[in-house]
Order: sequence, then structure tokens, then C-alpha cells
Amino acid sequence: MSLQPTITGKTYVLGDNVDTDQIIPAQYLTYNPAIPEEYRQFGKYALSSVPPSQSGLPKGHVPFHTKDEFVSDYTFIVAGKNFGCGSSREHAPIALDAAGIKVVVAEFYARIFFRNAVNGGYLIPFESASRLCETVCTGDELRLDVPAAKLHNLTTNEVYELKPLGEVAPILEAGGLFPYARQQGMLKA
Amino acid sequence: MMPLTLTEKILARHAGRDAVRPGDNVWIDVDVLMTHDVCGPGTIGIFKQHFGKDAKVWDRDKVVIIPDHYIFTADRMANRNVDVLRQFVAEQKLPHYYDVGTDRYKGVCHIALPEEGHTRPGEVLLGTDSHTCTAGAFGEFATGVGNTDAGFTMGTGKTWVKVPPTMRFVFEGELPPYLMAKDLILAVIGDIGCDGATYKTMEFDGGGVYSLNIEERMTLCNMVIEAGGKNGVINPDQVTLDFVNKRNRSGKKYTVLKSDAGANFVYEKVYDVRKLQPVIAKPHSPDNRAFVGEIKGTKLDRAYIGSCTGGKMTDFRAAAKILKGHAVRIDTFVVPATSEIAAGLKAEQLNGQTLEDVFLSAGAKIGPPSCAACLGGPSDTFGRLNEPLSCISTTNRNFPGRMGHKEAKVFLASPLTVAASALTGVITDPRDYLA
Repeated sequence: MSLQPTITGKTYVLGDNVDTDQIIPAQYLTYNPAIPEEYRQFGKYALSSVPPSQSGLPKGHVPFHTKDEFVSDYTFIVAGKNFGCGSSREHAPIALDAAGIKVVVAEFYARIFFRNAVNGGYLIPFESASRLCETVCTGDELRLDVPAAKLHNLTTNEVYELKPLGEVAPILEAGGLFPYARQQGMLKA
Repeated sequence: MMPLTLTEKILARHAGRDAVRPGDNVWIDVDVLMTHDVCGPGTIGIFKQHFGKDAKVWDRDKVVIIPDHYIFTADRMANRNVDVLRQFVAEQKLPHYYDVGTDRYKGVCHIALPEEGHTRPGEVLLGTDSHTCTAGAFGEFATGVGNTDAGFTMGTGKTWVKVPPTMRFVFEGELPPYLMAKDLILAVIGDIGCDGATYKTMEFDGGGVYSLNIEERMTLCNMVIEAGGKNGVINPDQVTLDFVNKRNRSGKKYTVLKSDAGANFVYEKVYDVRKLQPVIAKPHSPDNRAFVGEIKGTKLDRAYIGSCTGGKMTDFRAAAKILKGHAVRIDTFVVPATSEIAAGLKAEQLNGQTLEDVFLSAGAKIGPPSCAACLGGPSDTFGRLNEPLSCISTTNRNFPGRMGHKEAKVFLASPLTVAASALTGVITDPRDYLA
């Protein structure tokens, strides 16, 4: 498995310090992500504890799910600082993955969320060079050039520089920690 | 030799190197891996998926499984998850399992680990829970990981880490009777913000820290994650060793490591604790700090005393001191972190009355030991905020929805402040009740 070089889709915008309780509330952690039918359930409840005024910026009060109760129409999340802070629950990147999110672009991440996202290969966590959550609007159509770390806003015709993925790029390219460790000979193939 | 911080020293030893520098990526050996009912089933799933259905954990003696999150609930899925743990423990013949419904049941993992002798200076502890950092109070490297990391460690005994730079927080002076470790850590988080220590170690030092008992030191380290910290540490002293040696039933040898003089800290801040006032974190972030005096009189619906950070004997002793002989004005929930603490509430007396009796006589409700409403949980969880209430709590997080309802307002404060506020129904400075 390797990363898709180009990812295109609509974006959902959130603010600062979106913690793991907002991404997937604790009451839904009873589902076991190791069971595929239950993995799907996390998509249904993804972002369900984000306060309505902060849901889908700049206006807020934009539902994350529209047509399908499990999978969102959005491909990207653009957010502010410290995305994924709080608990170590891997259910957080799993919920976003199950909801169809392929890329998060935040100013920076809480450490455990970032590591979980990379380790499981659930989504690509890019960091933006500028504060995009106040530039990009929910519903904007984006195109990400993964190798160049450039984000094109097709709605406004702007281009944003992202920070390179750096040392986690090979893990994401391998598809996560386990395939990476096999490639490196840490684990038997 | 290059001077190293405590965290750098532990990581270097576990990587088989003389020294490491912040930013180095190293593979390290893990001494203890802990998981629980919320992240255990996913971890076990990943372990089996990648190592095989019949694979064995790397070292049975180093895996500790402590169900604690969703225990006293009728939720079928939650109960099913404990069954997943049970079955795995039986298959793997794991000796360190603390099963629900047995005499071995403990409660909150971060308090159960040291009580049962699974924390030792100089070691590396990983847990599938962000508050695993609590164990830094024993002078070890302890941090929270996700299911994939834990599944990997379960099969290999190893993990990779990026060596964090260390921030140093020095507390000078001895705490006045109206302050607790919770006030100190809330002051720090308010100063540096809930991303102020992202990817970094927070080391606590100074006479104010070494005068704290071990439970208060755990409260300090518990909340480094609320500032984004990778781990928190306190250099071991006699207080640490006395506790560890009493609990270390296996007799496992350990090495006491300390930060070297001249070690490099990327940040340093000195607090004179004698000048601090009681601190509170307002909704909806642990860094939304105020002094209790600034918002006193704010109306409350509920008080909650419990969790890994606020449900230890020291926390209940403090609350009992305020509540004794008075009646609470608002619903007040008391949740001992572990069964040992629950037994302590029945055994320990304050002026001829057991602590349990102090709480019940004041009109508080006491629940069985578990994580309970600290993180909301299933809707029948003891103390859960099922409505948009205002709650003052000794727990560690107040992000939207944390204790249940996403419009509930949660204020975080010390057990002294929470108990004083329970008596009045409004945010109250504990100094009003301490003669």
C-alpha cells in the first residue's frame, strides 16, 4: 500500500483544542474497533460532541453527516491548534476514518492522536504553515498534492503550503506501524 | 559524560545506549504494559491480527490488565468487553489480571498499578490510557499509547519513542493547608496552556514537591497530559522508595535514576507555593484558569469527588475535613478510585467518625470504585451528567461532553474547594471552611 498522490474532496472546518471526547464521546467506546461491523459504528458518532456553534466553521451549526448516517460527505478536516488532545483512545482517528475522512490539516496535533493516526494508517495528519481554520470555509472543495505538501482550495483558487510529513512519511507510505516494521525487518514478513 | 535529565537517562538505558538527546528516535524495551476494558479489546484485536491467533504475549509477567472504566453498568457491550479481557487472560495465562466481581477487583488502573506493585523507579511503563503518566511520580518513564502501539509492544516488548526535551517546574516552600497538588498543576496548566508541553517531559522539583506525599505527587504527574506532556516525572527520594518497597511484592530489582546536575531543560519556572491561592479550571478546558476567589459565588448543581487524579485517600481526607459535621447543599458524588481506597474510607477515622460516615452523614452518595463519571461513560454510570448541569469536580478534564452531556459545565478544582462548594452550592474558597 502506498499513499494516494492526490486527494480531492470537500472540507469540514473546526477550531482549536478539539479533544478526543468531542471526536468520539466516551459512551461509544463500548464498540470494539477490532470487529468490522462495530468499526463502522464509530463513523456514525464521529464529532458528535463538538458544540454546535463550533461545528462546521466559520458559520457553525453545520451537520457533519448529511446523506448517510455512518459516512460523512467530507474528505478533509481543517482545524486549529492541538487537534486530538485529551485521551489516548485510538477510537478517535478510527472514528474519523470510519466517517470517510482521509486527511486532517491542523496547525499542530496532540502527540498521542498524531501517533495513533500514523500507526494505524487511518488518515494523513498534515500540519499547516498558517492558520487555515480561519481562511478555509466548511464546504470548500480542496485538492491535496501529497508529495508536494500543497493544498489547493478549488473554491477560492488559493494554494496553501503544508509542512512536510517528515519522519512519519515512510510509516504512512507503508500503511502504518506494522507494515513499516515488516519492511524494516523489525518483524517477520 | 554528558549530563542527562531523568527521562533521557531512562530512555537511554532502555535503548541500550549511554546517552540520548531530545529529538533522537530510539527503540526501547518496555518493562510493563497495562491495558483496560476500553482499549484492551482493540489492542488484543491488533495483537492477534498481526502476530497470529495463537501468538503469545512477549512476557506474561509484564502485561497487566485492569478493567476499570465501564464496570457497574447494565450496558451489554461494556460487559462484553470485560469478557474479551477475561478470555484473553485465560488463553495467555496472564498472572496480573484484576477481574470484575472477584476479590482481586481493583478499580482505576493508575492507582491500582502502584498499589499492586507494578510501578518502580527507572522503568518504562506504557498504558493504553493517557493518564498512564501518573506513574512518573515513581521516577519512571510512563506514558499513554493507542491500541496499535500497545498491540505492537504486546508482541515484541518494544516501542519506538522520540526523546522529548524536558521542561522543569520548581515549587519552592511548603504548601499552606488550603492548597493541594491539584492547585499546583492547575496553575501550571493555566500558565502554559493545554498545548504548552506538547511532545515534552514535565519534571517537577523543589522542596514544595518533595514535601508532598506520594498520592499528591501522582496528582501532579497525572495531569501533565492536560498540558499535552508526553510524560511527567519526579526524581525518586525516600518517600518514593518507602512506598515502592512496601508494594513491590515480586521483589523485582530496579535502578534509581535521577536528573544530573547541569542537565539541559528547555524551560524552567519557579513557583513560590506560599503565595499561591486555590485554583480552578472553568469550562471547557483545563487551561481556563481562575483563582477560586475570582469566581466565587458561581452557582452549581453538583459536586463530584473521584477519579485517578482526585479519588485517593489524601483527596478524601481533605474533603472529609471540610464536610465533617455539615450537610451538602447540592448532589455530591464520592467515588473511591480503588477497592483498597473504598476499604480505607470504612477504616480510617476523623475524630471518631469513619470517612465513609462523614460523607454519608453530610448527605453525599458513595459509588463503587471505578472511573465512573469522570469520562461520562454509559448513560447509567454513577454520577454521570445526563443533563446540562454545572458540576464542580476533582477530576482532570472538562472539555465539552467529558462528563456526559455536551452542554454540561464542569469546573475542575481541589478536593478542598469541591467539598467547600458542595456545602454552599456555589463556588467557594476552602479557606472559608478551614479554621
